[in-house]
Amino acid sequence: MIEIRIHGRGGQGNVVAAYLLAMAAFEEQRYGQAFPNFGAERRGAPVTAFVRIADRPIQRRNQVRHPTFLIIQDQALLQVPGVTDGLKPGGKILVNSSLESAELSKQLGQQAIALQATALAKKILGRPVPNTALLAAFFTLTEMLSQDSLAAVLQKRFKGDILEKNLQLIQEGAQQVPAGLWKEKEEESNAASA
Amino acid sequence: MLQALEGSQAVAQAVALCRPQVIAAYPITPQTHIVENISKLVADGKLRCEFISVESEFSAASVVLGAALAGSRAYTASASQGILLMAEVLFNIAGMRVPIVMTCANRAVSSPLSIWNDQQDSMAVRDAGWIQLYCADNQEAVDTTIQAYRIAERTELPVMVCMDGFTLTHTLEGIDIPNQKQVDAYLPPYQFSRTLDPRNPISLGTLVGPDFYTEARHSHHQAILNAQAEIVSADQDWLAISGRKTGGLLSVEGPEQAKTAILAIGSVLGTLRAALRELPPGEPVKLIKLRSFRPFPTETLKAACKDLDNVIVLERALSPGSGGIIGLEVLAALSELPTPPRVHNFAAGLGGRDIPLEILPKLLSVLTEPNEGRFKIIDVDLEKLPVEDR
Repeated sequence: MIEIRIHGRGGQGNVVAAYLLAMAAFEEQRYGQAFPNFGAERRGAPVTAFVRIADRPIQRRNQVRHPTFLIIQDQALLQVPGVTDGLKPGGKILVNSSLESAELSKQLGQQAIALQATALAKKILGRPVPNTALLAAFFTLTEMLSQDSLAAVLQKRFKGDILEKNLQLIQEGAQQVPAGLWKEKEEESNAASA
Repeated sequence: MLQALEGSQAVAQAVALCRPQVIAAYPITPQTHIVENISKLVADGKLRCEFISVESEFSAASVVLGAALAGSRAYTASASQGILLMAEVLFNIAGMRVPIVMTCANRAVSSPLSIWNDQQDSMAVRDAGWIQLYCADNQEAVDTTIQAYRIAERTELPVMVCMDGFTLTHTLEGIDIPNQKQVDAYLPPYQFSRTLDPRNPISLGTLVGPDFYTEARHSHHQAILNAQAEIVSADQDWLAISGRKTGGLLSVEGPEQAKTAILAIGSVLGTLRAALRELPPGEPVKLIKLRSFRPFPTETLKAACKDLDNVIVLERALSPGSGGIIGLEVLAALSELPTPPRVHNFAAGLGGRDIPLEILPKLLSVLTEPNEGRFKIIDVDLEKLPVEDR
């Protein structure tokens, strides 16, 4: 079982990102579970969402405390206490950041991959919503689920112009990061129990 | 076929499949996405139904009461303060023995203000005279919603389907939504036996003096007790149609020879199941999923527990000044056994506190460590409290 934690701010589409990720698992006959950790929601406040992906039904409903992957929708959240807590040894971090990966990793004191998701989203969607670009990059890095599955679930969630632009956005997002860089993580995690 | 759906969305679809004619809800906090999704189905013309947005939960309950008395299949949903504001009408609905289905998306109640999950809201109205069924996952919430109409209409009693707020309502997971043919075969059009009809006038909910009130209460009590058979058969008949079982009054899983059981209601059962696999205890442990809290299945529970040495009850509510609510009822039921197991009672996960897998060893530690009293909130952090409150 793979556990993923997504950190972002209200309005960045955290819950949608978590739902899309879990939905994509079902596109490939796997199981997914996604849920938010709501605060008193308001735009801009830090929010968290959790995703599990497994090859059999997922029973547990506790929050993800030891994720294999962290997706951070706003690099400023890296300064918030607790955001990177509990990451599994060897776990990976994907950050929406204006920095290059090397510089970000240096600042953070651990390896992370940066994606300029806000800039990409602004360019294609005309709005600074980084979630789908980050998902596309995540799918490329892990090769856990295919870009086709991401496109398929976007088609279930959106329509019209928003859909078309998001499909374009994930194509671009997918090309910004090295394919399969994090692939082995999934195999290791699969060896552990669901 | 499994679809990836949010719990609230799945329940909305299940309600729509039951062909309700009147839905009333107060559409702001603490409401769920359930009625939001249903209102969209109505607005999109996918569900032919009168959707009435009201100005409070008191009115929501009153509207569905009136609608059901007029012969409609009715539905509402609420949670937390909303349930409390409905309380007076909930007693009326039950006392008039009107078949209504509502979802309680279980949440904590004020004060202190909390929007998060526990089961204090439905527990607060456990004496309202409704049937209360608790769901362990979103598939159960879908199947129980459909079964609830069948049970309500055959018993002429209202049914509250309780599902954990956020933990189920806001969780996306794989859910099989039955088709309309399956639900239609299970749930034929309904004619309420006491539909208000000016040609055949009757009175409901009128003043009853001491000479008959007691009999009304006795009859209501018996009717809910008797509903046990209907709850079991509703599940069996739905199994025949859907291929899924939801667990009747209660269900037991785990090794036959186990002398210890953990009894819980709601979504924490999944976490306990995962914990038993991941943190296997030194001795075999059974899990008892209590699905029907009202009626309380005393005889079924006794049969499930007769050979046990220890029953650990975990619940997400309490009666301040007494202790656990479910625990006390389990204790009372099992005291009727010739050699009753010891009952240990814990609350956890109040106001949305996360219940991790590590709760399992904490629960089981009661078997080896001396028991400090009958009831304990197991995940309280006493360090956060002033010394005099610990």
